[in-house]
Amino acid sequence: MATIRIAAPDTASAGEVIELKALIQHPMETGYRSGPDGKRIERDIIEKFEVTYDGETVFEADLRPGIAANPIFTFYTRATTSGPIVFKWTDQDGESWSETHELTVE
Amino acid sequence: MTGAPKRRDVLAGLAGTAALPLLSSPALAQSQPRIVIVGGGFGGAAAARYVKTYLPGASVTLIEPQARYTACPFSNLVIAGLRSLEAQQFGYDNLKAIGIKVIGDRAEDVDAGARTVTLGSGDRLAYDKLILSPGIDIRWDALEGYDEDAATAMPHAWKAGPQTSLLREQLEAMPDGGTVIMSVPTAPYRCPPGPYERASLIAHYFKTRKPASKLIILDAKDEFSKQPLFLEAWAEHYPDHLEWIGASDFGRVISVDPGAMTLSTDFDTYEADVANVIPPQKAGEIAARAGVADQTGWCPINPVDFSSTLQPGIYVIGDATIAAPMPKSAFSANLQAKLCALQIARELKGEALAPTILANTCYSYVTPDAAVSITGVYSNKDGQLSSIESSGGLSPADPAPSVRAAEAAEAEAWFEQITLQTFG
Repeated sequence: MATIRIAAPDTASAGEVIELKALIQHPMETGYRSGPDGKRIERDIIEKFEVTYDGETVFEADLRPGIAANPIFTFYTRATTSGPIVFKWTDQDGESWSETHELTVE
Repeated sequence: MTGAPKRRDVLAGLAGTAALPLLSSPALAQSQPRIVIVGGGFGGAAAARYVKTYLPGASVTLIEPQARYTACPFSNLVIAGLRSLEAQQFGYDNLKAIGIKVIGDRAEDVDAGARTVTLGSGDRLAYDKLILSPGIDIRWDALEGYDEDAATAMPHAWKAGPQTSLLREQLEAMPDGGTVIMSVPTAPYRCPPGPYERASLIAHYFKTRKPASKLIILDAKDEFSKQPLFLEAWAEHYPDHLEWIGASDFGRVISVDPGAMTLSTDFDTYEADVANVIPPQKAGEIAARAGVADQTGWCPINPVDFSSTLQPGIYVIGDATIAAPMPKSAFSANLQAKLCALQIARELKGEALAPTILANTCYSYVTPDAAVSITGVYSNKDGQLSSIESSGGLSPADPAPSVRAAEAAEAEAWFEQITLQTFG
């Protein structure tokens, strides 16, 4: 299981612009490097990062081998309604990890 | 050209190889080139000395506002209470004694076109060759919350002097059981292994004097200089007193609050009893004024003679330069100064600038009686400094205790030698 860290406010006022930050610990192995045995290290990367807020996609990104290990995304959205913010990462083999943060809008 | 050549004409002639055979030594002596050096540290003071050595007839002027220089190497021992700050301080009397003019003022500006340096007093100084050795300045805008006022609450102690004493006083005043947080930036910064030596010696102070206290390093990097040797020493000596948190474990500090004494990473906030914030850095301010710093804040140079690639007639040495893989260290600055002085002398005498090998050794104390080192040897490869493979290297891992003790003695001998060569 990959370690995931999320930084997001628990509460916000309606209309407020909030900062969301998400990091996943992942090697993002390019497939171009050689290991100590001289053999190529197989490619292992996350390909997709998606964030939904109350069911609606508010952020998505395609990742490529040029992205460094432990990718961190910081972005902004407008608080509209109380609901779950779901952060989801999917790797090249279709395996995925997700974390949910509940936002309360007052 | 008719009549007696003027000094300007002789120097201008030096640039063209056709004129060189005509220039005899007496002519050079008569021309008395004006060499001005800014910054009296391990780079600048050595540059002044070696220019004067290689070109005894030259007029050599060193501009340095401080009457006494406070050395950074070994200042971590001061912070740990193992050495006095006075032992770090050196004056310029011996440079004056060999005919170097020392001006106790700040260089405020450089006009590269007119070849003049403007001093704090407003006076202008004309030069034929200018060597800048300005060291580092803090990038006050780079870390949220860390400005000049913040540095009084959360000292950086990355320029030796009052900041060194301040951090020492804070450590002494901290009750046992306290937490020290050290923040370390990404490269490039002055003295790559410096934070880890400092952490080792502070941990030693806690272990021997305040055993319930702890130091946490929050690092913006995952890898650092001499890492395996430090990790080995920390596991052996300071398992209860020192914790290192790298970038992958969320160690990168993104903001500080000197009022609340907190440091924040992307996901966590740490409360500190004493905070040592080693902030992002850039070349000393005068480099930007002179137009020799690029958008990175550091100074690109030609490794043959450390001439600026951005301005003619100006040379940059020491921490201010982009000389990687050669690190920003006193050792590097000192050797770059000697090389720069030698090449300037060769050029002014009409000799060819022979390429030169450079080297660096950095010692780091892991306890007061044990040190580790890294050595690199560098050559100029197509205008870029490059490590010579299978030269230099690290101290051995897991050696007999006598090896670390011998390196601690070597470190001491090195400091004595380099300060003697520079200021003695």
